[in-house]
Amino acid sequence: MKLKLRVWRQKNAHTPGQFVEYHADNLNPNMSFLEMLDVVNEQIAAKGEEPIAFDHDCREGICGACSCVINGEPHGPHDKVTTCQTYLRSFQDGATVTIEPFRANAFPLIKDLVVDRTAFDRIIQAGGYISVGTGHPPDANSLPVPKPLADLAMDAAACIGCGACVAACKNASAMLFVAAKVSHLNLLPQGQPERDVRALAMVDQMDKEGFGACTVTLSCQAVCPKGISGSFIAKMNRDFLRAMLLNP
Amino acid sequence: MLDRVWKSTLGKKFLMAVTGTGLVLFVFVHMMGNLQMFLGPEVINRYAAMLQTSIEFLWPARFGLAIFALVHIGTGITLTWQNRQTRDQRYATRKLVKATLASRTMLWTGSFVALYVVYHLLHFTIGTIDLHLAEMKTPDGHRDVYRMLIWAFQDSRVACGYILAMGVLCFHLSHGIGALFQSLGIKKPGYEPLIYRLARLAALGLLVGFVSVPVAVQLGWLQ
Ligand code: HEM
Ligand code: FES
Repeated sequence: MKLKLRVWRQKNAHTPGQFVEYHADNLNPNMSFLEMLDVVNEQIAAKGEEPIAFDHDCREGICGACSCVINGEPHGPHDKVTTCQTYLRSFQDGATVTIEPFRANAFPLIKDLVVDRTAFDRIIQAGGYISVGTGHPPDANSLPVPKPLADLAMDAAACIGCGACVAACKNASAMLFVAAKVSHLNLLPQGQPERDVRALAMVDQMDKEGFGACTVTLSCQAVCPKGISGSFIAKMNRDFLRAMLLNP
Repeated sequence: MLDRVWKSTLGKKFLMAVTGTGLVLFVFVHMMGNLQMFLGPEVINRYAAMLQTSIEFLWPARFGLAIFALVHIGTGITLTWQNRQTRDQRYATRKLVKATLASRTMLWTGSFVALYVVYHLLHFTIGTIDLHLAEMKTPDGHRDVYRMLIWAFQDSRVACGYILAMGVLCFHLSHGIGALFQSLGIKKPGYEPLIYRLARLAALGLLVGFVSVPVAVQLGWLQ
């Protein structure tokens, strides 16, 4: 199959970028989207030009490295699928496909389709951890976790931190990411000692990074490749309120 | 703590939702009051006289409403302004994955409602727009609200303006009522579609309730 690509090319944050058209021919519909970019890059490199820079790592939908807004949708046309797990059979033969980076001031552009998502790491550093004594591993089942709580915590922990929620939100808000990370630990017994400090610190850092507020459009939930529920944002709001009241 | 409420996006959103909820409750009570038009002049005029003469209740309520409105408008403007600073380089292609028109126009529908409220107060409460209204009194000297409304809504321009404003308000609320549950932290996974459906139904109910009075007057059912 064939695709006409319109790819955002930008040398670095200080030079303005623009779309460049590439014709990708002889594609196999069972190629992944990133494999298609690899093929196009080989052709670009063969001409002695600079290949398209894009983020990727595991290519199996679990690491959160891949990104891109494909035809206006973060991670492309499919629900609950990352860019690396998107296959060319999802596109019509001969279609024009526009590929842009995630756009948000809190995710400054590095090059082409690669943006700097370390703001997420700083939010995790602010409170996305638990403090435990090192040394001898605890006995299995010494900390019972009720099954419904374990399930809910697991749903939150499924977040791979890719930033699609920010990319899709009209306010470039990181609420869904932060909510998933706060909820994941705040639901579990191991997270209880730092429950309030965590909610306050992670929200403070999120605001400092320049992400927007929530208008409850739920676009984040719609594009999330892991299907994180927007109701975790409600839980984060609850935890934040509790933390404010108990730690005036 | 107050510092954090105002400075954090979550705290501000919380203020917006609390004041929004208060305003929604007021709007609901106001609608129930209006619907007494259908029970005849004695009923609504007695209700109006009861409100007008309960000064100890009336002024705190007015004062509270004004504070709520100011906080709601203040957080609405600052949050919207803040939200617009988050993406300098716009997308060339953009599918609006989910954001409804109502959710994207909250500041505009809200501002329209604020302007309408000023007009509405000048019209009915203060009475500077239509001087006839102030002269309408019941035999015992209270405002004859029944006659005031009939008189005002017989003018089709007044009726249409009112219907339009209620349409805009309920459009604001079709998003707002659903959103406030999330901002206040009242939500469980799986209940989302239900909350949004009920919220839209509630907004529609308010619209029907408000609009029924001018429509009934225009159709001659109330006179
Ligand atoms: C009777 C009048 C009003 C009622 C009942 C009302 C109610 C609400 C409610 C319930 C919400 C949802 C809160 C949330 O998201 O958690 C809301 C949001 C909002 N309101 Fe109002 N509102 C009114 C008037 C206004 C006015 C006068 C403004 C003018 C600036 C305004 C601006 C906004 C904005 C900008 C939002 C959403 C902002 C965002 O989430 O991005 N509202 N309103
Ligand atoms: S490359 Fe790891 S999730 Fe896509």
